[in-house]
Amino acid sequence: MAVKMFDGNGAAVEAIRLARPGVIAAYPITPQSSIAEHLADEVAAGRIDAEYVRVESEHSAMSVAVGAQLTGVRVATATASVGLALMHEVCGVAAGCRVPIVMPVVNRSLVAPWSLWCDHSDTMAERDTGWLQYYCANVQEILDLTLCAYRIAEHEDVMTPAMVCLDGFFLSHSMQRVDTPDDEAAWDFVKPYVRKNMYLDTNDVMFINDLCPTDEHSEIKYQQYVGFQEAARVTKEVFAEYEERFGRKLHTVESYRLDDADVAVVTIGSMSGTGKYVVNQLREQGVKAGLLRICMFRPFPAEEVAEALKNVKVIGVVDRSAGLGAAQGPVCTEVKAACCGTSSKIFGFCGGIAGRDISDGSFRKIFGELTDVAEGRSETCERWFDVKPNAMNIREVDVPC
Amino acid sequence: MLTYQVQPKGAVSPGINTCQGCMIDVIFRNVLDVMGPDTVLVIPPGCAAQFSGCGPEASVTVPGIQGNLENSAAIASGIANGFRHQGNDHTQVVVIAGDGGTVDIGLQSLSGAMERNEDIIYICYDNEAYMNTGVQGSSSTPFAASTTTTPAGKPVNAKDLISIVMAHRVPYAATASVADIFDLRRKVQKAKETKGCRVIHIMSPCPTGWGYPSAKTVEVAREAVRCGAWVLMEYENGAIKLGRKPEELGQPQKYFALQKRFCGAGEEEIAKMGAFLTERYEYLEKLAQL
Repeated sequence: MAVKMFDGNGAAVEAIRLARPGVIAAYPITPQSSIAEHLADEVAAGRIDAEYVRVESEHSAMSVAVGAQLTGVRVATATASVGLALMHEVCGVAAGCRVPIVMPVVNRSLVAPWSLWCDHSDTMAERDTGWLQYYCANVQEILDLTLCAYRIAEHEDVMTPAMVCLDGFFLSHSMQRVDTPDDEAAWDFVKPYVRKNMYLDTNDVMFINDLCPTDEHSEIKYQQYVGFQEAARVTKEVFAEYEERFGRKLHTVESYRLDDADVAVVTIGSMSGTGKYVVNQLREQGVKAGLLRICMFRPFPAEEVAEALKNVKVIGVVDRSAGLGAAQGPVCTEVKAACCGTSSKIFGFCGGIAGRDISDGSFRKIFGELTDVAEGRSETCERWFDVKPNAMNIREVDVPC
Repeated sequence: MLTYQVQPKGAVSPGINTCQGCMIDVIFRNVLDVMGPDTVLVIPPGCAAQFSGCGPEASVTVPGIQGNLENSAAIASGIANGFRHQGNDHTQVVVIAGDGGTVDIGLQSLSGAMERNEDIIYICYDNEAYMNTGVQGSSSTPFAASTTTTPAGKPVNAKDLISIVMAHRVPYAATASVADIFDLRRKVQKAKETKGCRVIHIMSPCPTGWGYPSAKTVEVAREAVRCGAWVLMEYENGAIKLGRKPEELGQPQKYFALQKRFCGAGEEEIAKMGAFLTERYEYLEKLAQL
């Protein structure tokens, strides 16, 4: 185990290198570009023995990945934002054909308007595509979760592709110290890729993904559903093995000072550290504050969430995407569904859109509103917690009359 | 694992439900016969998807995958790279895709694969419209042809796929026609013996979409070659070699008259088409002399 310095993209590349992919298909997009570049460097320098396919789009990147992995090799690709949106169609093919591809996704807002910066609108739009999703809180977790994702996705009871989601710039371009297993120890953990289920081999003929009649389609979807059920169990097993081997605890959900909490926030991704910092501050002031971080979003760990939050009076769920038209943002929708049998009051918060910082001030404001409800001073909370008061006048168009 | 319910003659099972008179069946049988069993197929949705099979029943004796409409060349690239990485330099990766999946929505991924010179064979069977979805116009639909989305006749010419392919300087490309299966087999054989990205563009008339009796597919295909509406050629090592000169170059009257899709074309359209066919052929002749 060595301590190395990586930014988030570097940690993703290091994890991919340790997993020894045979084919890499990459297309650059901000803020993922340095993953595509550094993978090319690793191949050119002989540190990864792989075919590097310099594809002409993300749609083709995922198509190459699916085709290559079906021949029996581990593949690597990565993307962000509209690149993921362009991949969407083929992400469904990977999931439905049970091709367990592991893909870091650097979270960036979807257009329009154009933004280069972080929110979760890209991966949340893929939440029902049939991929596992893990959201990283820091750079160390990008390495840890990517290595674990290979074991989980490729497990014979799971056979489901996985996205490792890392916040654009907040993590992708943030240099942090990372405890890194040495090559042999990592390889002993990740293990060589073994093809299972469907594959392309002229000595064992099958035709993959032909037209599926209604008579069988539900059953194949049910198989995917069971794969997700199993993934919840396998994730915990793999996390436990990872801790035993490398000494670091990973979480499907992480409870922070929740035991006696009256008010709590539910967070996802890189905002979580700031949330914990504010919890500590509030605790010093005598406020019984807590935090629940969701790391594994697909499969959604509903029972664990309900158990962790069952004694909290007022809960605020912070979504880093707008969830337009929905009753709540995507994370809050899940938390509310998970906690529907409890007496907690749950409020959805939406902010941090397109790189707007979710600061300690943001969390103090959210906790303030939750405390107001808990102590009877208020009935509700303001959902868009960081929107400017002049929102409706931004780029206002004058209508001639 | 494939188990046989019916022992097929060749690599394609009997009873594929393509339209009566459609020659895709003949294309598949001949391509797979030349390519042999060490072949992996990539087929997008479309008429050719009849050969992917349905449910647990496969239609061909070689392995394959049905991809999406626009990514056949990319999936094939992935398969070829996967094989190469594992030291498999013998299995051939063959795409068989229609014109819509090639010249319209699939052109980007094909262009990428050609630029990277992926080790694949890309075969486009061209029936000049989206036939599987009910005869909608594609960018391969010729001038003046009526389809359900060009009911008054298409106002512009078809995309010139073989010229687009040649602009990528692939090691081998050819056009072929179901009117000359011997020539088609020879070109597939040549592609098989070449390394890198190989493209074969085959005209395959469609009785359903073009509006002619199903017994006349070969005759219609032959007339297309005779008037220059389909030019047989090969492109190898940067040089163009044209097939036999069309006997009735620039005179598409007989070709048009065989099909209902041109019935709205008047003298002016026929003359315009004739002039275009002559001009294109003469241009190719000049290129062939270089």
